[in-house]
Amino acid sequence: MAAAARFLLRGAVSKAPIANVNVGAQSSFGITLLRLSPNCSSKTKTQRRNAAHFTYHPDPVPTEYGPTTKMNLFQSVTSALDNTLASDPTAVIFGEDVAFGGVFRCTVGLRDKYGKDRVFNTPLCEQGIVGFGIGAAVAGATAIAEIQFADYIYPAFDQIVNEAAKYRYRSGNLFDCGNLTIRAPWGCVGHGSLYHSQSPEAFFAHCPGIKVVIPRGPVQCKGLLLSCIADQNPCIFFEPKILYRAAVEQVPTEAYTIPLSQAEVIQEGSDVTLVAWGTQIHVLTEVANMAQEKLGVSCELIDLQTILPWDTETVCKSVAKTGRLLISHEAPITGGFAAEISSTVQEECFLNLEAPIARVCGYDTPFPHIFEPFYIPDKWKCFDAIKKLIIY
Amino acid sequence: MATLNSIKNMYGICSHVIRQTTGLRAAKLIQQRAFRVNGALRQQPFDSSEEKPQFPGASAEFIDHLEFIQPNVISGIPVYRVMDRAGKIINPSEDPQLSKEQVLNFYQKMTLLNTMDRILYESQRQGRISFYMTNYGEEGTHIGSAAALDPRDLVFGQYREAGVLMYRGFPLDLFMAQCYANVDDLGKGRQMPVHYGSKDLNFVTISSPLATQIPQAAGAAYAAKRENTNRAVICYFGEGAASEGDAHAGFNFSATLECPLIFFCRNNGYAISTPTNEQYRGDGIGKTGSTLFCLGSRSVCVRCEPRILCRAVAENQPFLIEAMTQATRIGHHSTSDDSSAYRSVDEVNYWDKQDHPISRLRHYMTARSWWSEEDERSWRKQSRKMVMEAFEKAEKRHKPHPDLMFSDVYEEMTPNLVKQKEAMWRHVQQYKEHYPLDAYAK
Repeated sequence: MAAAARFLLRGAVSKAPIANVNVGAQSSFGITLLRLSPNCSSKTKTQRRNAAHFTYHPDPVPTEYGPTTKMNLFQSVTSALDNTLASDPTAVIFGEDVAFGGVFRCTVGLRDKYGKDRVFNTPLCEQGIVGFGIGAAVAGATAIAEIQFADYIYPAFDQIVNEAAKYRYRSGNLFDCGNLTIRAPWGCVGHGSLYHSQSPEAFFAHCPGIKVVIPRGPVQCKGLLLSCIADQNPCIFFEPKILYRAAVEQVPTEAYTIPLSQAEVIQEGSDVTLVAWGTQIHVLTEVANMAQEKLGVSCELIDLQTILPWDTETVCKSVAKTGRLLISHEAPITGGFAAEISSTVQEECFLNLEAPIARVCGYDTPFPHIFEPFYIPDKWKCFDAIKKLIIY
Repeated sequence: MATLNSIKNMYGICSHVIRQTTGLRAAKLIQQRAFRVNGALRQQPFDSSEEKPQFPGASAEFIDHLEFIQPNVISGIPVYRVMDRAGKIINPSEDPQLSKEQVLNFYQKMTLLNTMDRILYESQRQGRISFYMTNYGEEGTHIGSAAALDPRDLVFGQYREAGVLMYRGFPLDLFMAQCYANVDDLGKGRQMPVHYGSKDLNFVTISSPLATQIPQAAGAAYAAKRENTNRAVICYFGEGAASEGDAHAGFNFSATLECPLIFFCRNNGYAISTPTNEQYRGDGIGKTGSTLFCLGSRSVCVRCEPRILCRAVAENQPFLIEAMTQATRIGHHSTSDDSSAYRSVDEVNYWDKQDHPISRLRHYMTARSWWSEEDERSWRKQSRKMVMEAFEKAEKRHKPHPDLMFSDVYEEMTPNLVKQKEAMWRHVQQYKEHYPLDAYAK
């Protein structure tokens, strides 16, 4: 369910023949032209919604998975789903509006290619979508459920936490829904406000039995999604919606997997360990550059990728080396996943730490609309946190 | 929605059901509501001597042969309407006898809404507001249903009911303020455009999640009943939202707890790209035999709505109105949607040109010589001017003070939030060139 469907991230240019659709309403009451009044400027800072808070840093072209082609994030999702439907005859994709291609175009073309019994709309009901998906998985199908926005996943919380996560355990391994993957758009998008910006990974991190995965770009996305689909545990795959169009890389056309529960050291460094996932990786990439240039500080940047079960070894090994840790996420700081990382790291690396672990996160408020520029853990807040880590 | 028989059995009360469509008729305003506590249906006392099913809630007889009730064989719920496509009253005894003044008011509110929609939709395309949802084709439903309510009645909406607020007198300045999230926004700039709310006008602030308002409306109606002040509650939602589990919960609670409540389903044929045949089976979300009196009304409400409201309040029963609004949502779902991707432009144009509530009401008025071409021209000009003035004013206003990001999380600001607010300001002071402070109130 959604009040807003597809977000046009590059401003308000419409591809729709608006004139055609509205002409009746207009003609019944006259065409109204909206002209820019000479007195008002539409270019004030808050109205330039095209300006994102990050710069996208593409992965290098992968060479080990065969030929590649240019894809953005939503196309890398389509590609993964396409590979899956081609190779696995039991695979089905379902959710709200997936038939025409989905509100973020992740399923474009799949229904025509594979049939309406395999790519189909469900009624508007998240608890139904996930419950149905669990059942399909239990009966042996590869079930790929789409929740239209992560902000709307909560009606399905009972099915995910009480059912999907516990299916194998409670049945003594007689039954499981490992064939279930749930996908949902995730994270801030510039103007999403309370219900189109949320990052709910912390709610699910508290639930043994499921896996939670978040990619930073198209190459990672396709490989991680295919791993989730192959993985014999129910997985939740959050896709950073602000990257759907903004993130463009060369992505292998064939299927490939990137292992779950293995954090990736994107950039090695010696002074500070930076940990994040999803969009925030790109914020921290820029911060690492700023730290090097302005402070002479060498940062090691780690993309956690899998939130649950998370790769404690890679993170702790890094902190043992650097002695300083900064974790950053958009979700509110209290009870956010940085708290779990921080807690484990101080257990494992207490004597290695040169400074308290820093968390740069959203505030403990709902995600605000017009205050987003002040709310998000932007590069300046992260940079400032590194400064404090260094001089501690 | 659940199958009709299980609802019937579960809710336990069978009622005569009609569905209705109306033309652009708003109902008479309620003069007076009788309020009395109604002894609701209680369980029949257990009596083993009777040769009848003796389980709780049963009101049926035994039969000795297996009989399937075929949902498709039962004909659809009839659709009530008062006015035909050309704006003529079909059955004169159903004419609500509204005054010229009332009808003119309805027409002006509907067209003002339409004008505001078109201007704000365009403004989103130009990047001036972040998002918008239009109400095309549903103007009549909003104005008509709002007209039948008492101003004290609490409204729970979904997101496509701006006409209800407009009818109640929400000024253009405040619509614009919310869409621009400027310093005048009653919601303090926290929500996306079209998430209006007004305590004074008894319109509960909109939230994006669908159908969450349905069980809330049942609770509010229950509280209103206990207040004993003849207040009712109306709850709007689309036919898509009716698929949510919350809808089932809300309907069931309202029936079993006897809440004076109108459920108003705007069935416009689509939930984003999902047509109704993928949303439910049957001819609507209202099903024969359910507790709720089912009435579908086409476009404006609802000749019968004051009658329904009276009964809702008097009998503490929920009623369901399913408004078959023009059979299709005329606009895109929102500014993030391009509906040409999933439906034909011809289909939309037909409803827009041939069967629009605004044109029908206009035919009705011109037939009575209540509205001339000159009136139309000058009203178009005037309403457009009003909207543009509010729009330009709203665009120039500052955004709310960033302190408002931290308030109202709880009633009182927690020490934790006080600290976070202070930290934010320290940071922003130090890095002020990177924050758009000039746009915000000081």
